[in-house]
Amino acid sequence: MGERVRDALRAYLLIAGMWIRSTMIYRTSFAVTMAGNLLVTGLDFATILLMFSRVDSLGGWSLPEVAFLYGLSATSFGVADLVLGSMDVLGTRIRDGSFDTLLVRPASVLAQIGADHFALRRLGRITQGAVVLGWALAFAGIDWTPAKVLLVPLMLAAGAAIFCALFVAGAAFQFLAQDAAEVQNAFTYGGTTLLQYPPTVFGKDFVRGVTFLLPLGFVNWVPAAYVLGRPYPLRLPVWTVWAPPLVAAVCCALAGLAWRAGLRAYRSTGS
Amino acid sequence: MGAGRLYTAVAAGGFRRYATYRAATAAGVFTNTAFGIILVYTYLALWDEKPHLGGYDQAQAVTYVWLGQCLYATLAIQGGGVEKDLMERIRTGAIAIDLYRPADLQLWWLATDLGRSLFQMLGRGVIPFLVGAVFFPMALPADAGTWAAFLVALFLAMLVSFGIRYLVALSVFWLLDGMGVNQVLMVTGIFFSGMTLPLNVFPGAFGEVVRVLPWAAQLQMPADVLMGETGVAGAFAFQAAWAVALLAAGRLLQSAATRRVVVQGG
Repeated sequence: MGERVRDALRAYLLIAGMWIRSTMIYRTSFAVTMAGNLLVTGLDFATILLMFSRVDSLGGWSLPEVAFLYGLSATSFGVADLVLGSMDVLGTRIRDGSFDTLLVRPASVLAQIGADHFALRRLGRITQGAVVLGWALAFAGIDWTPAKVLLVPLMLAAGAAIFCALFVAGAAFQFLAQDAAEVQNAFTYGGTTLLQYPPTVFGKDFVRGVTFLLPLGFVNWVPAAYVLGRPYPLRLPVWTVWAPPLVAAVCCALAGLAWRAGLRAYRSTGS
Repeated sequence: MGAGRLYTAVAAGGFRRYATYRAATAAGVFTNTAFGIILVYTYLALWDEKPHLGGYDQAQAVTYVWLGQCLYATLAIQGGGVEKDLMERIRTGAIAIDLYRPADLQLWWLATDLGRSLFQMLGRGVIPFLVGAVFFPMALPADAGTWAAFLVALFLAMLVSFGIRYLVALSVFWLLDGMGVNQVLMVTGIFFSGMTLPLNVFPGAFGEVVRVLPWAAQLQMPADVLMGETGVAGAFAFQAAWAVALLAAGRLLQSAATRRVVVQGG
């Protein structure tokens, strides 16, 4: 098991390195895409800033507090997006038959497809999210305790793992419906967008859905509400603040199962 | 074959090509609906805090959200229309074949894109809009005249949208790789079209500038025509002026590109 994971990791790094070298052939284009990525992802925050240029609070939360949510959501999503964000090419590969090539190679298929089209420009989103997070940490007026300090990196790691699970589950879904790759955008991009806003903005049933059904709320909402000393719209026991790693582990296990099931059900198009 | 029939056939081809991928269309409908719901909640919170922001009431803000989701793919607001194929053909050199065709390059791609737009609106745009109308209070006009004016504004928006993307695609003649300009197209498209926030909410001088840029012709104008927030003649003139300017610039760039640039490939 340990050896298999190590081999997969090695394959992943080799393929990612190859893609980085290939990107660097078009240097100008890389510089522009990197700047573009920073800008595109920064626009979400620009929208929040624009909103706060007209109001003082949103759903009862101040700008630094919303920025805290934003920074956590954007950074953890950015990490997942960098690592597995190109998995939506799976559908295309199945359609054109090139997926079969991956199956005959002596390397983990998940590692191969995960590293496929590895895009270093996605560091832009992480950079941008981290900057906003840093600003928010300084200005959100957080009443720091050791537990809260520990919770911040924990949230980022668990959040990234939850988003990674979503990417893998989305890829598994493409075994069923190759052309429907866009469905996962509703959960991945939609997820990170929705987590940038306070839970109080959304309807109660909606919050219930993204807490218990699709546990996106554990990426930042639940623990961040605790760090900021704000009540969460739902009644949750205090220990749930520490639940994100657990939730992430369960999500990753489920996504892994879905991936295996998808891979086993795969039938080549034969073309 | 007459020119009219030729380009109609090309447009029909564009329509059919996108209509082929049913699962992709269904996925798009789902995604646009999900995003619409998320945006509606944030807008409602915003308008709750500040009623009549940007001259809209809550129902109008909700209508704006769902119209945005409806037009997102229709106008390829963040790219992903036919300009993607055009860029790829320029990069690979296949564009040389297009230039040999007894048809005008710009009109050919415009026709394809209009066909694509029409399908994206009917197949992908209408359903999220209807979902929005069923579950959230919207401000929709009751008279047929306003709807007719809206359709004209929509057609003009399609021309402007193509005009922008055609210019961006032609830049690949010089850049060879379209990744960078695609990103720029995405940033400007999303932000300056008002996909994230209506342009009439943008503050101060920045707002004044944003509202006269060509992207304002894409979502803001059709929305304001539909909700009776702007004079119809003025909106049409604004959109038509940008459409003409962009298409003319496209022509100029096209002749420069085809005269000076060596086609890659072999």
